[in-house]
Amino acid sequence: MSDLKKIKDEFLSKLQKKLDLSEINKIKSDLFGKNGLISSEFKKIGSIAEPEKKKFASDLNIIKDELQEAINLKLNQIEISEINQKLEKEKVDVTLPERTFIRGKIHPVSQTIDEISSIFSEIGFSVEEGPDVENEHNNFTALNTPDNHPARDMHDTFYLDKNKKKLLRTHTSPVQIRTMSKNKPPFKIIAPGRTYRSDSDQTHAPMFHQVEGLHIDKNINMGHLKGCLNYFIKEFFEIEKIKMRFRPSHFPFTEPSAEVDIGYEIKDGKIIIGEGNKWLEILGCGMVHPNVLKNVKVDPKNYQGYAFGIGIDRLAMLKYGINDLRSFFECDYRWLNHFGFDPLDVPTNYRGLSR
Amino acid sequence: MKITYDWLKEHLQTKNSENQLINKLTDIGLEVESVEVTSSDLEKFLVAKVIKTEKHPNADRLKVCEVDFGKKETVKVVCGASNAKEGLLTIYAPPGAIIPKNKMKLVVKEIRGVTSFGMLCSESELNLSDESDGICELNKNQFKSKIGQRYFTKKKSNLIDLSITPNRPDCLGVRGIARDLATAGFGKLKGNKIDKILSKDKQKIKIKILKEKDQGCIAFGSCLLTNVTNVESPRWLKDKLISIGQKPISAIVDITNYVMIDLNRPLHAYDADKIQKGIVVRSSKKGETFVALDKKEHRLEEGMCVISDNEGILGLGGIIGGTRSGTELNTKNVLIESAYFNPRSIRKTSKQLNIDTDAKFRFERGIDPLSIEEGLVKAANLIKKICGGRISKIDIQKINKFEEKYINFEIELFEKISGLKISNKKISKILSNLGFKVKENKNFFKLKVPSWRPDIVQAIDIVEEIVRIYGYDKINKIDPIKVRSKPTLNKAQKIFHFLQRSIATKGYQESITWSFTDSKINDLFKSSLKNIEIVNPISSDLNVLRNSIFSNLIMYLNKNLDRGAKDLALFEIGPIFHGPNPGEQATVLGGLRSGKISRLSWIEKEREVDIFDVKKDVIQTLVEAGYGKSEFVVDNQTPNYYHPGKSGRIFLNKNTDKVAAYFGEIHPNILKKMDIKTEALVGFEIFLDNLKEPKKSLKDQKTKYQFSDYQKSQRDFAFIIDKDFKSQELIDVISKVDKDLIKSVNIFDIYEGENIPNDKKSIALNVTIQSMDKTLKDEDLEKVNKLIVDTVEKKTGAIIRS
Repeated sequence: MSDLKKIKDEFLSKLQKKLDLSEINKIKSDLFGKNGLISSEFKKIGSIAEPEKKKFASDLNIIKDELQEAINLKLNQIEISEINQKLEKEKVDVTLPERTFIRGKIHPVSQTIDEISSIFSEIGFSVEEGPDVENEHNNFTALNTPDNHPARDMHDTFYLDKNKKKLLRTHTSPVQIRTMSKNKPPFKIIAPGRTYRSDSDQTHAPMFHQVEGLHIDKNINMGHLKGCLNYFIKEFFEIEKIKMRFRPSHFPFTEPSAEVDIGYEIKDGKIIIGEGNKWLEILGCGMVHPNVLKNVKVDPKNYQGYAFGIGIDRLAMLKYGINDLRSFFECDYRWLNHFGFDPLDVPTNYRGLSR
Repeated sequence: MKITYDWLKEHLQTKNSENQLINKLTDIGLEVESVEVTSSDLEKFLVAKVIKTEKHPNADRLKVCEVDFGKKETVKVVCGASNAKEGLLTIYAPPGAIIPKNKMKLVVKEIRGVTSFGMLCSESELNLSDESDGICELNKNQFKSKIGQRYFTKKKSNLIDLSITPNRPDCLGVRGIARDLATAGFGKLKGNKIDKILSKDKQKIKIKILKEKDQGCIAFGSCLLTNVTNVESPRWLKDKLISIGQKPISAIVDITNYVMIDLNRPLHAYDADKIQKGIVVRSSKKGETFVALDKKEHRLEEGMCVISDNEGILGLGGIIGGTRSGTELNTKNVLIESAYFNPRSIRKTSKQLNIDTDAKFRFERGIDPLSIEEGLVKAANLIKKICGGRISKIDIQKINKFEEKYINFEIELFEKISGLKISNKKISKILSNLGFKVKENKNFFKLKVPSWRPDIVQAIDIVEEIVRIYGYDKINKIDPIKVRSKPTLNKAQKIFHFLQRSIATKGYQESITWSFTDSKINDLFKSSLKNIEIVNPISSDLNVLRNSIFSNLIMYLNKNLDRGAKDLALFEIGPIFHGPNPGEQATVLGGLRSGKISRLSWIEKEREVDIFDVKKDVIQTLVEAGYGKSEFVVDNQTPNYYHPGKSGRIFLNKNTDKVAAYFGEIHPNILKKMDIKTEALVGFEIFLDNLKEPKKSLKDQKTKYQFSDYQKSQRDFAFIIDKDFKSQELIDVISKVDKDLIKSVNIFDIYEGENIPNDKKSIALNVTIQSMDKTLKDEDLEKVNKLIVDTVEKKTGAIIRS
């Protein structure tokens, strides 16, 4: 009994000291080796008489556990300190540059199209498309713009044949014709896409982007048109209040027609949308002309509604503070990087249009 | 259309301010483009005389003029005008004056070493006309006593420039604008009293309109004024024309212009003595020529409406007069024409000859056919008043009668379209103020449309008139309902959207380039397609529709290389064209990468971009979009703008005949031809129209989840095989040996050279073998190994490398 206590006290005190791995291993073998002190005590168990045997075995086991635990603890400490020593030597300069990566961007026009689609999606519009090359019928005639009509002068058209039958669409409105010709009302669509006019300066490019909107149903009136555009503009510019003005205008394919201005002011060289007393024209719209409906075999007595056309590039310029329209199409990688959007920034309703 | 408030007030009784006017004009659809503020600064411009001119000592083209402007002392002014000469009466702007045209404030300034006090002005600088060639030359008799006095005697009224939409010819006259304003409650329209012509003189020049097919002239009214003295216009008339930016010429011409602007009634004045034996209005014959007032000789096509006499053509009806019969200061007898021409005919002729005039602009939009007499009377009376002489009776020839238009307007249509409720009384009042004759019935109005409104032909036009005048601002918004009954995007649109963003996540910057391109560059990429030419390109280097997504993209990539960038990745997703008809286009996603990867990196070894970079981008993108990689088939057939040995194409599966994508190095010849300087240039094209929609939608795409917890084994093999043998085929052969057990096959080394025959290569592969239902024993694995080796050797002629 006293032997056991002695062994325990002696070795526990040894283990208190600073030891290296070999010293611990020595202690381990001194205790638990084949002829170790503890191992020897275990061998004695058989020879001890019954009344003491149980107690001896139990004490011995407790001491064994205690010593073993003390050894493990010591071993752990050494392991940790050795790892720490090793790691100390492995230190790198974390301020060195990371491996190179390249960052892709989404063009502001594409981002704006997605923003627009997301907004109109929420109020039930679906996306339609049409070809870039159009025939004169879809681009003009069916849209109530007959040949020799001065309204055709408003569009500087690129032609693909001498007879002026094939052309690059001057607006997205022919998608109205295509959509209505192949389906039955009601219609509730937007149609974003490339459009072309033979015009080029600071504010005009020979190619630009428009989004067409069309909503035809039984009782759609100018109040719906106003409500829809007001909603769109508020959502798009992500502002609570918007100053908006509908002003009479003329497009052959809508009647009554309107142009829509939004209020703005210039503060510290930046344009602030929605306030101020200056007006900026941003879109054209109106009630679809009965002649257009007749041209696509929709009865204007039963169906009516509105259409609008918005310049996408213009909206992008206003929202993101881009000054020169032509820069959209010059593909300068510095510009793309500056004004482009991260591809994971998908405009959606639940996470918001923009960050 | 340019107007001033002062002129407007001749037709409109109102006390409103100019600001209110401008807002009202815009509110009723007469958009104000700009307001040119003419300040009181105009008082500073003085009549002056050039006393002496000397050549500028330091500049050949400049003169130093000594100018008398009524003070004791003369001043020195440096001037570049060639017509600045001794004795010239002109307009002098002293320092402090603001030049109307460019709003520049003059200061005393040294010009090449000579101090200049102010400036001598051209008509264009004063917004008097477009004449910018030389300084103003004032009439000696009129101005010699006025040296030192103000040139602009009256404060000018601000110039308001209106953008009149093509449907509103009536508002190309001041009176028409006044009528609209009065209807909208902005003042009261004044009466338009026109004195009758009481003359008993016959109009002696015979006028005849030939009744031909497509005769463009419907009516021709005329009045002869004899024994007139054409003079410079009186001050009031000149001021009026100057106030809207027109240049006064002579009384007769000025009066016709004045009437045109005031009433939108174009007139033409002929020197009656130059008309040979009466006027015939007829269709031209092909090849006829005449010299017009634009000083150009025009060669006519067949069927253009011309005014002619015995000697030939006097003018193109409603478009432009000829020089032969024009009035001059010494004209004694004047024939005034007031006609109605068919808008379509006018438009066709002017387009063919490319002539644009004020008269043409008005006639093609539609002139009031009932204004012929009114215009003649107003002009004739004015000429008589200013130039004296005798007025003849008015003669009007016509081949057709003007037909009155009537519209039965169902009143409920107004509310149905506009959503507005207003009383019938109010509607009736608006329409009658606009000039309609209104006959009220129970549910509808019978309306007689005013002759000056060719745009109004049906009920919807009436709705527009009422809303426009009543006010768009009174329409209440109806908020949209947030209901979606149809998906926003269809499947193809979803793929477009997905690929666009997927490729951007791989480091490519999205570019948008023109759909047209330079045929010279397009030629390099068009393969077997034909150039699709634009008849009227904006410039010769944008003359065809692009046949390939690369034609513009590569050019812009090169521009970026010129800007100093080296390692670029650009992409564009958009249309390419394979024919000139609608629908002959395809949507393509094209990408280009140049330069190196890990350039100047302290940690990674730098290397050039290569075909397997773009192959990875394409395959990864397609896989992410939902296409199964195991089905893909790759071969090396590619268009000629790719490197013939380092490019490939991808089919989505064995049975598709349409190419899903190309990838590879761009052909070095193209780099040479386009002078592209980069270490490496690789690219890819994905053809969206050739991608079938992934078979299942995302929600059905997931198959049953199965996996194995039994031990996996890896075995390596090396085969010696023909050099041309496609490694993909080897992978396929091995995969098929046991589809259940062989989980993956991966090439980890390709070796050619020592110990391998010249026409052979060694391919080393790692094969993963795993069973779904047991741990494989050594015997099982051995069996698979042997089967792999045997099958490969048998099927491919390869030999296992020992």
